[in-house]
Amino acid sequence: MKGLADRHRLTPLALAGLSLAALVMVAPLLWTVALSLKSNAELMRDSGTAFSAPYTLENYRAILQGSQVFSWLLNSLIVSLGTTLGVLALCSLAGYGFARLEFPGRRALFVLVLLGLAVPEQAVILPRHQLFADLGLHNSYPGLILPGLAAPFGVFFMAQYFRGIPRELDEAALLDGASRWTLFWKVLLPLTWPAQATLGVFTFLASWNDYWWPLISATRSDRFTLTVGLASSQMNYAQTSGLGYLMAQAVFAALPILIVYALFQKQIVGAMAGAAAR
Amino acid sequence: MNALGRRSLLQAAPFIGPFLLLYVGLLIYPLIDGLALSFHRADPFGGRAFAGLENYARLASDPVFGQALGNTFKYAVLVVPVLTAITLALALALNKPGRTASVFRGLFFSSSVLSVTIITLIWRFVLTPDAGLLAEAWEAGGREPVPFLSQPDLALLAVAVATIWWSIGLPMMLFLAGLQQIPEDIFEAAALDRANRWTTFRRITLPSLRRTVVLVVMLQTAAQLQLFGQAQLLTAGGPGGASRPVVLFIYETAFTRWELGYASAIAQVLFVLILAVTLLQFRAGTSRREP
Repeated sequence: MKGLADRHRLTPLALAGLSLAALVMVAPLLWTVALSLKSNAELMRDSGTAFSAPYTLENYRAILQGSQVFSWLLNSLIVSLGTTLGVLALCSLAGYGFARLEFPGRRALFVLVLLGLAVPEQAVILPRHQLFADLGLHNSYPGLILPGLAAPFGVFFMAQYFRGIPRELDEAALLDGASRWTLFWKVLLPLTWPAQATLGVFTFLASWNDYWWPLISATRSDRFTLTVGLASSQMNYAQTSGLGYLMAQAVFAALPILIVYALFQKQIVGAMAGAAAR
Repeated sequence: MNALGRRSLLQAAPFIGPFLLLYVGLLIYPLIDGLALSFHRADPFGGRAFAGLENYARLASDPVFGQALGNTFKYAVLVVPVLTAITLALALALNKPGRTASVFRGLFFSSSVLSVTIITLIWRFVLTPDAGLLAEAWEAGGREPVPFLSQPDLALLAVAVATIWWSIGLPMMLFLAGLQQIPEDIFEAAALDRANRWTTFRRITLPSLRRTVVLVVMLQTAAQLQLFGQAQLLTAGGPGGASRPVVLFIYETAFTRWELGYASAIAQVLFVLILAVTLLQFRAGTSRREP
């Protein structure tokens, strides 16, 4: 039975291979942190100095003493939270409607929503850009939030979850004289908390890391989200104040989401895998 | 419509109405408008002139589009098999209880939560010859640093490597979830039959993971056909268009040359390609092939 016990333990060979792979994973991150902790002048002479002391926090100080990075962070936060709350509200309502209510055209409408799952962003982004220009929505929070609310995945996801709740609950509540609305709000919605958490984490992360749409919609630097701001920083690298400062921005931008990841690792991994395997 | 139908519709409207309104306005309408746009010559100020199939005819003979399409296939062919193999191997090695495996899993997934602009910042300063980590290593070995991002035959490969590094988390987790679904007693039976590791993998593990493999390949192919930010920020599609994928070509056509009709035609072609991949692999995933 040696083979069986083996399957539950990491062999030395596997451990060596994994450690090597982990090094490849971590080395670029450590290099980024090392560069961010060096003075720009020293890096200008030779970036090889990043391997050794002296290290300094001057680049982080420069970020904290008023740079645009803060307003980008705030924009990202507003857009991601707005998108997440909007998606949760819209998709809970619609998911319930499709799962529980009978009305003419329900099947056809649900198929229409499902078809949207196959539409990549590239197929709609140009006309959407024109539409938002016509409506004067570029460089605004609604302009950045609204496209995220039209994604069909959440409706499909919530409808599936509502279908899994026993119908006896509805019947009991309706017998007690509850209205459709009370039934939804007081009885069923609290039961969908796990699905809300998964959909919420997934939506927040997708919105936080979105690049294509904010790149073309938010063209004024005070409306940049963090992703677009960092893109402009690296494209204007030649004119900015140095490599160390640039890398400090990368670390500063990565930290919030890495902290969230460290805290909610189980939920994030579950949400992303669940969304992919739909 | 009878009274009952009308009443049930009124009852459902507050629930499905808000979403449907946004969905039709911001997804269905743009989808149709995008198709219409592709048959027009259009400028960013809303001017449109019907052009029939002109944009599509131009597409067929545009060498820049041909190059971008070829590059996009190269990205898919470079990234998908390597990524699938690496993540399957990682999942097999890490499908174990215990702290060590859990730490490794968390580490390999961590790059997936970062945005594309952070990834490109990190990788630019791994790859550039003047301040990159690899250049430092090369110099330490007494050799000339390689300009990975500006050499025609290396730029696309460099973007592909950064993409693999970024994308490793999700497929690994999907494979791990797939492995958890295989009942333990099959492995016990195999061990009793003295099947070695390779036989067990080939005869039990791999066939049981068939659906997951199809899922991973499908998701990754669709993702790589849409590769955009990495190429835009690491190489700007260069040198000489050697690493420009189709989506970057769409972006440049629409937002630097402002040819919205032509850009829309390219987007339609890409949409059909992605749809074809999805359908093809959906069929592969549902049909059962007996060994």
